[in-house]
Amino acid sequence: MSNKHLFMILALIAIIVAPLIMFNGLGEDEGYFGGADGAAEDHITVINPEYEPWFSSFWEPPSGEIESLLFALQAALGAIIIGYYIGYFKGLKKTEKSENE
Amino acid sequence: MHIMEGYLPVEWAIVWYIISAIVVGYGIMNLNKVLKNNPEAKPLLAISGAFMFVLSSLKLPSVSGSCSHPTGNGLGVILFGPAITSVLATIVLLFQALVLAHGGLSTLGANIFSMGIMGPFVGYLVFKTLRGKLNITWVVVLTAIFADWATYLTTSIQLALAFPHPNFMSSFTDFGTIFAITQIPLAIAEGLITGLLWDYLSKLRPELFEKVMNIKKGGNNE
Repeated sequence: MSNKHLFMILALIAIIVAPLIMFNGLGEDEGYFGGADGAAEDHITVINPEYEPWFSSFWEPPSGEIESLLFALQAALGAIIIGYYIGYFKGLKKTEKSENE
Repeated sequence: MHIMEGYLPVEWAIVWYIISAIVVGYGIMNLNKVLKNNPEAKPLLAISGAFMFVLSSLKLPSVSGSCSHPTGNGLGVILFGPAITSVLATIVLLFQALVLAHGGLSTLGANIFSMGIMGPFVGYLVFKTLRGKLNITWVVVLTAIFADWATYLTTSIQLALAFPHPNFMSSFTDFGTIFAITQIPLAIAEGLITGLLWDYLSKLRPELFEKVMNIKKGGNNE
């Protein structure tokens, strides 16, 4: 791993961990770590209190637990595909190398 | 960045549906062409789509004290351009709308426009402008950062157009503030992740990248 990549990984970790340190001890009840999408939705209700959503979802995850299950599933599906092809590329490279020898 | 189901007035929902349908239609045509002429690009296409899947499921904490998720559209743009990325975004947004009730079918057109069209398009411009001028890793990082920012900027514009109270500019500033402060560090994080994946992939399959991107060997790759 080059210095460049080490720097990138460290910066990445710093960006994600910084807010957790800055707002340590604060949680959803104090209004922290909610979703920005939700905040925008609330803002619509503030600037236009008469607005009624005219369409609603056919199905919603019945609880936060089920929702995180589905989010984990989404991430897992993506990660499987990425991992599969990275493994495939690695295998290809190895075969090509041994064929060249 | 998803505009929630039902939270966009009907006329705006229709406008964004029409614009997005045109681009996605064009993207599907392009996609068929790529699959026919460059079947070896399939793994990279799958990775680009899967990358959006993973990143848009990660809700990251930000210095603003709220959470939001990256979009992952930078990789697709660099490899396949904005039109094909809009097709990938459609798949991701459909999944989230149907299974997770994030975003929605009524707002799908608007959400495709921000995450699948405007974000990628701005990223594409950044990529085209900087390519060859900087080390490729940083070009990729900046492309992903701007594709992410442009997505959230577009969402703010869409909401301000639909809810111009008291006027468009002040509404745009309000929505922009909600998203922007949260998204500034998260986009940088997304840029770094995209850059790391890019470097890894291009080390594994340099010739594939050359074919897809027509990058000349020994160019600015390291």
